[in-house]
Amino acid sequence: MTDTRIQSDPKPRGPFTTWLSMLWADKLAFFAALFLLVALLCAIFGPWLMGDLATKQNLRGRNAPPFDLARGWLMILGADALGRPLLPRIVVAAQNTLMVAGAAVLCSAVVGCGLGLIAGYSRKRAAQWIMRLGDVIMSFPSLLLAVIVLYMLEPSVANIVLVLAITRIPVYLRTTRAEVLEVRERMFVQAARVMGASDRRIIFRHILPVVLPTLLTIATLDFAFVMLAESSLSFLGIGIQPPEITWGLMVAQGREYLTTAWWLSFWPGLAIIGTTLSLNLLSNWMRIALDPAQRWRLEMRGRKND
Amino acid sequence: MTDHLLEVRDLSVEFHTAAGTVKAVQNVSWHLDRGETLAILGESGSGKSVSASAVMNLIDMPPGRITSGQILLNGQDMLVMTAEQRRQINGCKIAMIFQDPLAHLNPVYSVGWQIAEMVTTHGGTRDKAQARALDLLRRVGIPEPELAMRKYPHQFSGGQRQRLMIAMALACKPDILIADEPTTALDVTVQAQVLELLEELQRETGMGLLLITHDLGVVAEIADRVVVMNGGQIVETGNAAEVYRNPRHPYTRKLIDAAPGKGQMPVERDRTGQPLLRAERLTKSYGAFHALKGVDLTIMPGETVAVVGESGSGKSTLARAILRLDDPDGGRILYRGDDLMAMAPRQLFGLRRDLQMVFQDPTQSLNPRMTVFQLISEAWVIHPDILPKAQWKDRAADLLVKVGLRPEMAARYPHQFSGGQRQRIAIARALAMEPKLIVCDEAVSALDVSIQAQVIELLDGLRREFGLSYLFIAHDLPVVRDFADRVVVMKSGEIVEEGPVRQIFDAPRHPYTRALLSASLDPDPVVQAARRTARQLETA
Amino acid sequence: MTGFIGKRALASGISLIGLVILVFFLSRLTGDPTNLYLPLDASIEAREQFRQLHGFNDPLIVQFGRYVMDLAQGDFGESLQQARPAMEVVLQAFGWTLRLALITMTCVTVAAIVIGSLAAFKVGGIFDRIATFFSLVGASAPDFWLAIVAIVIFAVNLHWLPTSGTGTPWHWVLPVAVLFVRPFGLILQVVRGSMITTLSSAYVKTARAKGVRTRSIIFVHGLRNAMLPVITVIGDQAAAILNGAVVIETIFGFPGIGKLMIDSILLRDFSVVLASIMISAVAIFIMNLLIDIAYAMLDPRIRY
Repeated sequence: MTDTRIQSDPKPRGPFTTWLSMLWADKLAFFAALFLLVALLCAIFGPWLMGDLATKQNLRGRNAPPFDLARGWLMILGADALGRPLLPRIVVAAQNTLMVAGAAVLCSAVVGCGLGLIAGYSRKRAAQWIMRLGDVIMSFPSLLLAVIVLYMLEPSVANIVLVLAITRIPVYLRTTRAEVLEVRERMFVQAARVMGASDRRIIFRHILPVVLPTLLTIATLDFAFVMLAESSLSFLGIGIQPPEITWGLMVAQGREYLTTAWWLSFWPGLAIIGTTLSLNLLSNWMRIALDPAQRWRLEMRGRKND
Repeated sequence: MTDHLLEVRDLSVEFHTAAGTVKAVQNVSWHLDRGETLAILGESGSGKSVSASAVMNLIDMPPGRITSGQILLNGQDMLVMTAEQRRQINGCKIAMIFQDPLAHLNPVYSVGWQIAEMVTTHGGTRDKAQARALDLLRRVGIPEPELAMRKYPHQFSGGQRQRLMIAMALACKPDILIADEPTTALDVTVQAQVLELLEELQRETGMGLLLITHDLGVVAEIADRVVVMNGGQIVETGNAAEVYRNPRHPYTRKLIDAAPGKGQMPVERDRTGQPLLRAERLTKSYGAFHALKGVDLTIMPGETVAVVGESGSGKSTLARAILRLDDPDGGRILYRGDDLMAMAPRQLFGLRRDLQMVFQDPTQSLNPRMTVFQLISEAWVIHPDILPKAQWKDRAADLLVKVGLRPEMAARYPHQFSGGQRQRIAIARALAMEPKLIVCDEAVSALDVSIQAQVIELLDGLRREFGLSYLFIAHDLPVVRDFADRVVVMKSGEIVEEGPVRQIFDAPRHPYTRALLSASLDPDPVVQAARRTARQLETA
Repeated sequence: MTGFIGKRALASGISLIGLVILVFFLSRLTGDPTNLYLPLDASIEAREQFRQLHGFNDPLIVQFGRYVMDLAQGDFGESLQQARPAMEVVLQAFGWTLRLALITMTCVTVAAIVIGSLAAFKVGGIFDRIATFFSLVGASAPDFWLAIVAIVIFAVNLHWLPTSGTGTPWHWVLPVAVLFVRPFGLILQVVRGSMITTLSSAYVKTARAKGVRTRSIIFVHGLRNAMLPVITVIGDQAAAILNGAVVIETIFGFPGIGKLMIDSILLRDFSVVLASIMISAVAIFIMNLLIDIAYAMLDPRIRY
């Protein structure tokens, strides 16, 4: 028998260390993940640790410039028009910013993916209707839709999440459907049908695991997009309303003082860029790491660095 | 020492991959002279294409690296030439054609443009190039060449596309033509025509032809000399007929022995009693295309029925209809007298166990994210009445042993196995259902010849052990010769001939069956030469 | 082809009708525009007269019926704010946005294709890495923040460029430059990815075996095939600008359709809102049609 050739098994390692070493293999993605982790910690613990600091007004420190350590390290990034230190404000604003984007992405991903599975798997009329619905949402200019709806309804956090989620549903719907249409014709799905597997089993055991990595990659990218959209809405004054804060709102509030205190808008903007850039980098890494045919690139580089 | 037209001396190439450095070829030497045909024969992974890629400067470096050797064209070492010099040789002195012409022709440019580009790239004028392209299209037998100039690759058939590739390759009248598996994806009758065209053109131009193939039949048909490769090394080289008659290396011997169509044909069996499966007047259309035009088929218990036909014959549609993967438009399918078409889903679900399928490409038919144990035991998850959960592990181990694998392989994923092993896993999965009938849809077509023989042997053994019946779909007659009880030949959605295997092979009645038989290539150069002469007499 | 266009036009038309109905009723729910347009000390009679004039007293459904009747006669209503036909106002603003989109997208397309193709030719090379990094940063930057930073640097500190208006070519530099960044980053990545796939394809191998020059392999054999996914993204990005680069137009005081839409929603100038939605929809429809035509021109396998 000649067909006993078996690829050598990689060193037995736990899944966690495997992923970590693959992340380490792509330095940019590694630092992106680190940055996101810090942002996430800020979002979770920020308001609890620095909530008071962020709202304490200090009229003597109005528009205090950055890098002036005389006022204490909290003022390192300067202070806003009411003398509130910027660093704690950015830390606290992380919560709203990430929460709104996270909730919107989660809602649109779950709904879009569910509808996409139905639209891709069943050949019935329902699939037609779902796709038409997606087309209709797609044909709306999404920012305009958000603007109109948020003028009608009050711009609360829940409404913003809702509007952003609705505008992003078609992205997941289309991707999922396209993937399902392709995967359902694959031979192993046919094999499962020959064995008599139920539709539910085929969808959840055979199709979804194949589609999921793509969706995860898209969701990461989309998180960045939704964050920018929320920032734009807040910037236009129809997103999150003061006294709640987000990074986008902070940029908007600083606009009045552009000529005298550029740092008011600059730092929160930098936080937005940092987060979206990290998400983009991580998404690029995931595209490779989650694809069994491409993963060796990372594993190879990881091994060289060992 | 005289210079050969092309000589590869002591060539070694390695590739850097995830699994470390792979030595693709080691110390390979061969040569090619004017007017001669050299075949490099080998199975997948043997490195048979690597030296040709090195000749054409197609190896990406990195990850590839040429570690030793010379490639001499008329005595000059190409490996020390500049990139620009190499570029001018490509297409002009040495041209190449590939296995899958659809993928290898640029989809967005007309074929006339692509052939003419070969001439303009090497210094010809537009007008001259156009005229030459038209000439070539006529020469390789493309109908309506003026019209074809403006058509795109997707508008031609598989055989025509390979003719287009050949026309393109010959545009600059090269001294050498390298053909990498030029007929592998083609139907047997088309394969014979393309090989014939290559032979004719070689006689006309006197070029050297280097043919890379896995098929002994192709070697027998066309090659003067043969180089046999295995594991990146040349194991044997010599005159094609001589190598076939007296193989010196054990690997060559094994390869020759594995070639199908030389064993005993099974004797005809008794066909009275209730058939296991009966298909009556099955029809199926896809739009205006009639895939099945009223097909009848009977399979007796314990019998192997082979359905043979070329692409578009409807053989796969038939298999899918019988398993109800695609419902036929009309006709009946009776399983032990019960009509499958009229059955309620619940009844059909029970029957699924009895009818199983093994697909062509095991890489695609096994879910890449499931372990071998999960793949096999899925049968028992879906049909819990087959086996209590406590026995799953033991039975899975059992089945793995039955198909020639080891029990501890159950924890591995499909990508950790070779192609032949994967097909064994697929067979084990089908057996887990304890079926009565297994439909094998081109189940061995994607495998190397030596593996093909092993899998067929395995299927044959399992049939005797479990009393299975097979419906064996194939595009090639020799494969089914030693294995099938009955053969059904299909063409354009209809059965043109049906009968016991001896009758089909020894006394074919329908002209199409005869054409298929004469087009299929025999591994014996002497037999093949005789066939070729017979064929030429027929056409003359 | 005509059948295909017809079908598409029908689908777009239906969703446009739905959108117009939705926006019509939603916008009326935001409140009465009367108080916004008349001075605080206007008499009750004057207010009543204003309402009567514009028909705000009638039930919503009657107002809608009247709107549809007017529409059927090609009358898109009056702009409350400018006292001119709404369509005239919208078309004027759209003209500005169209110019902005054309200039920006032309720059983006040329730059992204050339740089992306060259980056793809030597994957992992120094040029590739720099291009990839900058495209990622570009794709990540919020446009309003870029606009602010650009204003601070080039207008406030250096006094090189004006911050708002459309008077001279110099006025266009900042809006175009800021709008350029994100689409450039996104499209560059798509070009690069698509080009990498194309350059590793079988027909490029054939081209190499034919002895075709490297430049021809990239820009003749590779680019035309690689353009297919790129075109879709170019279309999406162009559509995004046409739909109103709301934020940019607001910051730079650019009289485009995005700013107009926001202003008219704020001022409850209903006819203008509806007219601009319709113009947007038509623009997007034509845009998508152009994309499909480009597809068919690039790839002979695509027939509608």
